Amino acid sequence: MSRGRAWIFGDGVNTDVMAPGLYFKSSMEEMARHCMEAIAPDFAPNVAAGDIVVAGRNFGIGSAREQAAMALQHLGIGAILAQSYGRIFYRNALNFGIPTLIFPASGEINAGDELQVDSVAGVVENLTTGHRYQVAGLPAHLMAMVSAGGLMPWLKHRIANKDI
Amino acid sequence: MGLTLQQKIIARASGRDQVTPGEIVTCQVDLALLLDSGGPRRIWPRLRELGVGVWDPDKIVVVTDHFTPAVDAASAAILKLTREFVAAYRIPRFFDMQGIGHVILAEHGLAQPGMFMVGGDSHSSNGGAFGCYMAGFGAIEMTGVVVTGEIWMQVPETIRVNWFGAFGTGVVAKDIMLFLCRELGIDNASRVIEYGGDTVEAMSMSERVVLTNMAAELGAETGIIEPDETTLESIRAGGQEPAADALNWRSDADAQYLVTHVFDAAVLAPQIAAPHSPENSGAVGDYLNVAIDQAYIGACVGAKLTDLRMAAEVLTGRKVAAGTRLLIAPASQKVIRDAAADGTLQTLTAAGAYLLPTGCGACAALGAGILAEEEVCISSTNRNFRGRMGANSAQVYLGSPYSVAAAAVAGRITDPREFLS
Ligand code: SF4
Repeated sequence: MSRGRAWIFGDGVNTDVMAPGLYFKSSMEEMARHCMEAIAPDFAPNVAAGDIVVAGRNFGIGSAREQAAMALQHLGIGAILAQSYGRIFYRNALNFGIPTLIFPASGEINAGDELQVDSVAGVVENLTTGHRYQVAGLPAHLMAMVSAGGLMPWLKHRIANKDI
Repeated sequence: MGLTLQQKIIARASGRDQVTPGEIVTCQVDLALLLDSGGPRRIWPRLRELGVGVWDPDKIVVVTDHFTPAVDAASAAILKLTREFVAAYRIPRFFDMQGIGHVILAEHGLAQPGMFMVGGDSHSSNGGAFGCYMAGFGAIEMTGVVVTGEIWMQVPETIRVNWFGAFGTGVVAKDIMLFLCRELGIDNASRVIEYGGDTVEAMSMSERVVLTNMAAELGAETGIIEPDETTLESIRAGGQEPAADALNWRSDADAQYLVTHVFDAAVLAPQIAAPHSPENSGAVGDYLNVAIDQAYIGACVGAKLTDLRMAAEVLTGRKVAAGTRLLIAPASQKVIRDAAADGTLQTLTAAGAYLLPTGCGACAALGAGILAEEEVCISSTNRNFRGRMGANSAQVYLGSPYSVAAAAVAGRITDPREFLS
């Protein structure tokens, strides 16, 4: 369950703006400071742990760079709700344990709305407006991996169980 | 019901006779491409954390390209770590500073029909031109592959894109892709783009890979092209012998496509994509007279020998315009050798082009040729997102090597057909 303020993004937010190549050799801290800088300079300095990213179509299109998802994780993003995703970013975000849901009604959320997201049940509540949305929860085959906290904890678990 | 080529490969890799789009399967990986960017530097610390090694060093290919040559202590350290990883795990196939990974795989015949391949880079789709399934993934996912040798997949739908007819002068595969970014959009996750038709059959492998490389720009899982004699010849030229049944890897006649598109190559004009997305494209006539500071020929998609030759065709007997710079970063060391041998390099440098080292370079703002605030560039690369090649306010237009070279001569975007007979 995640709860936080909504940050609104449009369509086609690509991984080059989430993790600019210019900071590839810097620390994740430095990289995260520049996350979304080219399109939303107020985002990285002001986002709080637990806040929720709400976006339009093709969120995370482009480069395979995992730093895009890592930067959002580093900033403490509690969940991502977008209409659709760039395919590699979607997998990266779940692999880092960020609850990432397909959310068709992102246009109905306003910046700063207080949201509560149950990613397993697929229930999104807008506590500011009182609206409740039912969407698909996390994919069943990934539930165990995301619930474990992402791919690394999941691999550790499988190795400990001699499953690999 | 028949299967498309990609579905046949996924079925084989997941040990099934049949697969259906939407189904979740686990595939055994035949080959994994690791680059210096998202490869050892990100995977090795995780292997240590897990206390395990790599599943099969013979199925891993490592290439340095994003940070080559080292320009500071940080990039030097990344390259050093990559070399140490290769030595530690005894990975036999390591291409250090030889060129861009996707181009290296093609040059060495390592992508072959029917294989299931993954790469730690979004343009891994490049390999699909050889009739294999090859898609890109993040470094975290590649960590899982390197440990287990497998990866989960949701079986994609297939979109068939057929091109018929001969190109007019100055029109090439890159123009097809800039056109398709507009026509099909960038929202094609869960789909594989299968290209065909006599236009594609007539293309060299060097042109076909442009179609599969930029399937990434369409947002697709990957691109794929059914193999033919041209494919096999290219694999042999790379020093490999294709399997005897290689040409059997084709889509069934009754395969199910989500949709089939048919386009006429003869009426296609040179295409340009304007800032800041490849889908923001149109015929070159819509962008005439945009003044440029820099013209860039580079990247896996746009700096192969054929690309340099296109530029040379435009630049023969001409000069780069005053106030404009033309930078060329050949895609591999082999490209440099071949372009030196056939006179292409001489034509380019005589025209005033500035030669850069082999590697990803300015394509992703990692190497030489980065743009300043407000600068305008036309580039033969595949992506023009905001900040991609440097400063956030830099404006990047995409075009074919013909269009980039023509703009370098004119100092502004212009129709390359003016310079071609
Ligand atoms: S040349 Fe550009 S697109 Fe190709 S692999 Fe390198 S950074 Fe990626």
